[in-house]
Amino acid sequence: MPRAFTPKVVTANALLEGDVVYLTKDDRWTRDLKEAELLTDEAHAELRLIEAERRVSEVVGAYLADMEQGRDGPEPTHFREDFRRTGPSNYFHGKQEERA
Amino acid sequence: MYQYNDFDRDFLAARNAQFRAQVERRIDGSLTEDEFKPLRLMNGLYLQLHAYMLRVAIPYGTLSSTQMRQLAMIADRWDRGYGHFTTRQNIQYNWPKLKDVPDMLDALADVGMHAIQTSGNTIRNVTADHFAGAAKDEIADPRPVAELLRQWSTDHPEFQFLPRKFKIAVTGSPNDRAVTKAHDIGLRMVERDGAQGYEVLVGGGLGRTPMIGKVIRDFLPKDDLLPYLEAIVSTYNVLGRRDNKYKARIKITVHENGIDTIREKVEARFAELKPLFTGVDQEMLAAIRQHFAPPAFRNGPTDAYDDAYRKDPVFRSWCDTNLFAHKQDGYAIVSISLKKHGATPGDATSEQMRVMADLAERYGHDELRISHEQNVILPHVHRSDLPTVHAALKAADLATANIGLISDIIACPGMDYCALATARSIPVAQEIAERFDALKMEHDIGPLKLKISGCINACGHHHVGHIGILGLDRAGVENYQITLGGDGTETASIGERMGPGFAYDEVTDAVERIVRAYLDQRDGPEETFLETYRRLGAEPFKEALYPKETVDA
Repeated sequence: MPRAFTPKVVTANALLEGDVVYLTKDDRWTRDLKEAELLTDEAHAELRLIEAERRVSEVVGAYLADMEQGRDGPEPTHFREDFRRTGPSNYFHGKQEERA
Repeated sequence: MYQYNDFDRDFLAARNAQFRAQVERRIDGSLTEDEFKPLRLMNGLYLQLHAYMLRVAIPYGTLSSTQMRQLAMIADRWDRGYGHFTTRQNIQYNWPKLKDVPDMLDALADVGMHAIQTSGNTIRNVTADHFAGAAKDEIADPRPVAELLRQWSTDHPEFQFLPRKFKIAVTGSPNDRAVTKAHDIGLRMVERDGAQGYEVLVGGGLGRTPMIGKVIRDFLPKDDLLPYLEAIVSTYNVLGRRDNKYKARIKITVHENGIDTIREKVEARFAELKPLFTGVDQEMLAAIRQHFAPPAFRNGPTDAYDDAYRKDPVFRSWCDTNLFAHKQDGYAIVSISLKKHGATPGDATSEQMRVMADLAERYGHDELRISHEQNVILPHVHRSDLPTVHAALKAADLATANIGLISDIIACPGMDYCALATARSIPVAQEIAERFDALKMEHDIGPLKLKISGCINACGHHHVGHIGILGLDRAGVENYQITLGGDGTETASIGERMGPGFAYDEVTDAVERIVRAYLDQRDGPEETFLETYRRLGAEPFKEALYPKETVDA
């Protein structure tokens, strides 16, 4: 049995800064996971990934990351994506600092 | 210390200009990431979880004060005001921007440094005993040879696309502080019948398949070193597997073919290569050796040291843990701990780097070393200067007296930074260090090496930790396996896995149970953790780790 499709977002690292970005519904790259487009349909998700991968002068290493619907938008289901969303735990650097 | 000549400077300038143009072409879209990635990796530039990461080689861990100050300047100007010293004597910057990297590389070149071959399937930075040229137990300074190897391996046309990365370590002392037995090639200087040579080990390594290096030559005459190493790498280049990344390291080549077969092939290749080496390598080595002449040591009274040692318990404690015997009377080797309890192992702020550079310049014959244990060394300090040095270190938050103790933890960056990691390492290290500081037990525990890796690739050397911790992802949750009895020295051994892993918030308690079991069972304070483990085996520690009631529950 193939596994049921779980919701995802398209994520990558920005080419110039290297920081974590997510694809929005209106084709922007956002630094804020809450603004990302949550993809619930497998075929649509694959299409969005292909579109993202074409944007080679904007991002590096696009992939689909598992998420779930939270109150304010997509929420990580795995701790790795949680770190990517937040930044390292030893210093207040990265995204957590940008948001503060 | 080695000073770049015109050839080195021209080579580096050309290479940096090349990379600058490559970065420009990537940014303007004329190179794709697939095209650019191998180029950036050749120049030490990774893309990690949150940002790019630039890994800068510190050849055989040796720095001048000028170089250290430049590392601080780079941290301030293009990064976040700190650097992370690694288990291969390198420094990593965690937050560079792509467009700034060419400027960072030029700034490094200004002080004779680079990031070449700090990634990729090439011969990586050659590491050496961090006490080289200073240790009392040393046969000879290994750094001239390490520098010769750096020059030989840098951009070596035959060895730019090896089956996998290739790491060489060299020590000039019988007491192995360079983990030579866990390297693709380990070199140990030895003496036989009054002649100097090398014991050559091959096929050691950590990672998912840890192996202790095997002796391929028990005594290699020192003049044969370069052709012999070329023979090993050349044999591996042909024989090493390219079908499976996880079986591509030379340790697997040696394991699958057997050391005797490898030896035969290497000797055959050596017979071909040796006549091609006309002696120019030995001429170059002789020239390099001039750069590593011992400093002009001074003779002077050590009263200031003796007096402070008697009167100041904080200074005394620091001396007892952080000093090592120097070959020169009146001198000491100073280890500066980058392991303040609760801090990130191996990190130094730019301000701390400048303090260490100033101390090296004023009191340390202008030399600094980076150890694979992620500390900084002042290799030559006259004892009379130690009270002043200690006071300056204290003011810079660098005077933690814990070298070789349980809180002197090696930890890889782990999931906080690394794209390969499966779990965090840094916070685990921080909590363990804080626990044992709070318990005030670590000086009583004595020598104990605790090493943490955040994935199976074992950058944190957990396999050779007396206590090793490996962070894994078990069904989406961080889980930590514990190994005991590992050893990275001349009596090297791979740690044994104790049993089921522990959750993130259980690790520190588990380590405390291990340590208490040791304290209960040791044959007096003189018996170290490793000795007790070797005497008793794993059982008492397993019992402490997995108390019966919880097993039954």
